[in-house]
Amino acid sequence: MTSHQSNFWNYYIFSKDHKMIAKQYLITGLIMALLGGLMAYVFRMQLAFPGEAVPGFGDVDSGTYNQLITLHGTIMVFWVGMPILLGAFGNFLIPLMIGADDMAFPTLNMMSYWTFFVSTLVLLASFFVEGGPASSGWTAYPPLSARPEYSGVMWGMNLWILAVALEFFSVLMGGVNYLTTTFNMRTKGMKFSRMPMFVWMQLAATVNFMFSVGPLIAGALMLLLDRTIGTSFFVPDKGGDPLLYQHLFWFFGHPEVYVLLLPSLGIVAEIIPTFSRKPLFGYKMILISTAFSSVLAFMVWAHHQFISGMDPRMAMPFGLLTIIISVPFAVVLFAYIATLWKGSITFTTPFLFAIAMIAEFLIGGVTGIINGAAAADIYVHDTYYVVSHFHFTLVPITIFGMLAGVYYWFPKFFGRMMNETLGKIHFWITAITFNVIFIPLLQMGMGGHQRRIPDPTEFEYLKGMMGMHKTATIALIILLIAQAFFIFNFFYSMYKGKKAEANPWKSTTLEWDAPSPPVAHGNFEVIPKVYRGPYEYSVPGCKQDWSPQSAETVN
Amino acid sequence: MLDWIVGYMPENIATFGEDIDYVINLIGYIVFIWWILAEGVLFYFLFSSRKKEGVKATYEDGSTMKAMSWVLIPVVLVLGFDLFIDYKSHSAWDKIKIQLPKADVVYRVMGQQFAWTYTHPGVDGKFGTGDDFEPDDLVVPVHQVVHTVISALDVIHSLWIPNLRFKQDSVPGRIITGWFEATKTGDYPIACAELCGTGHGVMASTLKVLEADAYKSWVAQQSAAALAQ
Repeated sequence: MTSHQSNFWNYYIFSKDHKMIAKQYLITGLIMALLGGLMAYVFRMQLAFPGEAVPGFGDVDSGTYNQLITLHGTIMVFWVGMPILLGAFGNFLIPLMIGADDMAFPTLNMMSYWTFFVSTLVLLASFFVEGGPASSGWTAYPPLSARPEYSGVMWGMNLWILAVALEFFSVLMGGVNYLTTTFNMRTKGMKFSRMPMFVWMQLAATVNFMFSVGPLIAGALMLLLDRTIGTSFFVPDKGGDPLLYQHLFWFFGHPEVYVLLLPSLGIVAEIIPTFSRKPLFGYKMILISTAFSSVLAFMVWAHHQFISGMDPRMAMPFGLLTIIISVPFAVVLFAYIATLWKGSITFTTPFLFAIAMIAEFLIGGVTGIINGAAAADIYVHDTYYVVSHFHFTLVPITIFGMLAGVYYWFPKFFGRMMNETLGKIHFWITAITFNVIFIPLLQMGMGGHQRRIPDPTEFEYLKGMMGMHKTATIALIILLIAQAFFIFNFFYSMYKGKKAEANPWKSTTLEWDAPSPPVAHGNFEVIPKVYRGPYEYSVPGCKQDWSPQSAETVN
Repeated sequence: MLDWIVGYMPENIATFGEDIDYVINLIGYIVFIWWILAEGVLFYFLFSSRKKEGVKATYEDGSTMKAMSWVLIPVVLVLGFDLFIDYKSHSAWDKIKIQLPKADVVYRVMGQQFAWTYTHPGVDGKFGTGDDFEPDDLVVPVHQVVHTVISALDVIHSLWIPNLRFKQDSVPGRIITGWFEATKTGDYPIACAELCGTGHGVMASTLKVLEADAYKSWVAQQSAAALAQ
């Protein structure tokens, strides 16, 4: 250990080491996930028991309710999904998986995290300004978001815009590193055709983000000007158009779903082959599908706006392309399922979460067809059906995918193993309660229950659904309590877990060549060379059922 | 066809409601069968491929056309179902949102924080005359085509009438004309479906569908009252 590493500030805080930056992203993201989850507890209590004080919080009036749902969505997408799936896993694994000693631009990497950290502070600060935080939904549609008098929120909304802009800036800096590192710092023999799927998926997500974020930043800036200096980009009183914002937002918003989905599919693509001892089925086919879906992702945005007042004829091309985008994802999911066939599966905690990601995301996928069909969307748009649908996509993506990754790479992150028994208890409670929360919401949406109302009993036709609201709320509380198994396991294992060997899962990719945890500076004791593809498991003629990428010969 | 999903939906009272319900049911059955198949295969593989002592996994990387066809053939079927769904959906969409049958009754609907304002043109059928009136409820005749000329005063709202399968955002600065034809008399709920501020959850109102005669005399009475003011 060189002298400057022993300095607390350089080592833990202003670290330029991709592994430490990854941990910073992971811990910040997990804390935000907890915050987002607690917000869900408060507004779900209000929904199940309207008007009653929520234990641990107090009364929820309609303004507070709108702020809670707004910040819940914002935090879960931008402060949990992106920092963990891209910031933590991307940072930690890209250099390790391609045999690099660090990211291409370590200082930029450090700035990326600290920009993210500042964005987090700005977002949290918005809770304490007069009028409270943003309350216009995570989509922040103007004119509601464009004029303080419409929502009653003053600086909270401005800070929200600023925080989101800083967060995007941070992801952009990270993205520059991901692309440059992957293109220039692959070790000898690491051809593109031998790159682990995880690295490909990070690349695809980064490219999706970079191509889509520009219009949104323009939209956010215009919104900020509307609020602060009285322009009217999105307010019709001086000739602006509210729909312009929706186009800018969703042009970004749809690729954004893939910015989250692809890294999560990358995590699952590493875990399934390892524990089924089989090569990933159809590596090239998955890559081509991913590329195809990334292109289509930019042509479907207006499916969020079928009934927004845009020209109804636009629903034809957007509806068709939306439904067609199910095809490349069907390829990927079927390929993952086919990977299991005639494998030799060990049901570890990371494998269970990876499978749950697939099994639950399938529900998200099939329920989305009703939203994508314009005529059916007239009915389900802005109902609980949509809420349930996107939670069946985003919870498997961000929560199950993230947890699969944490359980799988924990030994590499911290040099120790997590406890399997606690992991399995955590898995089963989380997976079961998740379904008990969101299946009733599908039915409520079909019953016509509109979104974002704090008190369903205001409507006679919703009173019959209060039982389902209560069921979902109780399931959520159990789910949140069950996360204590994870939090305890995480911190206990960090210090007291069983010491991990370099390759505890007998896996093939390069990160398992590095010691657990990897060497503080440089990752590997000797930078490995690559001799074969990433998923050579159970190769005929080999006694050992995994053939590491770095092994010249395998017996 | 069994009303599986539609069974969860409130009673349909619109002429085009059947088209929407048909599409929802159709998709429901198709995706439910696909979902059962996909999960069934997933769980079968999980169960049948669990680790057994002395049995090695089969090396299959899915790189040959023969292997890939196990994925690609189901995917081609998915695409076929997709196109069929899309065709059915757009036939219904075209009828509901693109075609505009001739109006028997026209209402102006204005969304504002936090109420819907309905303006009826009165007996003369012309807006801006003395017999226009603004009822609290959206009162319409049964079996007649009603046009809704929707706009908004402040922020975006969305006129949501579950029984009519009717939903249309009201956007400030735009005038959006929609239509429906109710098939059954009675009172039905109206709500706002787009987050519009602190009163979004109380933006409630009622659709009253009357027999043609009752509707006619109601209009006459309201118009006379408006003129008398």
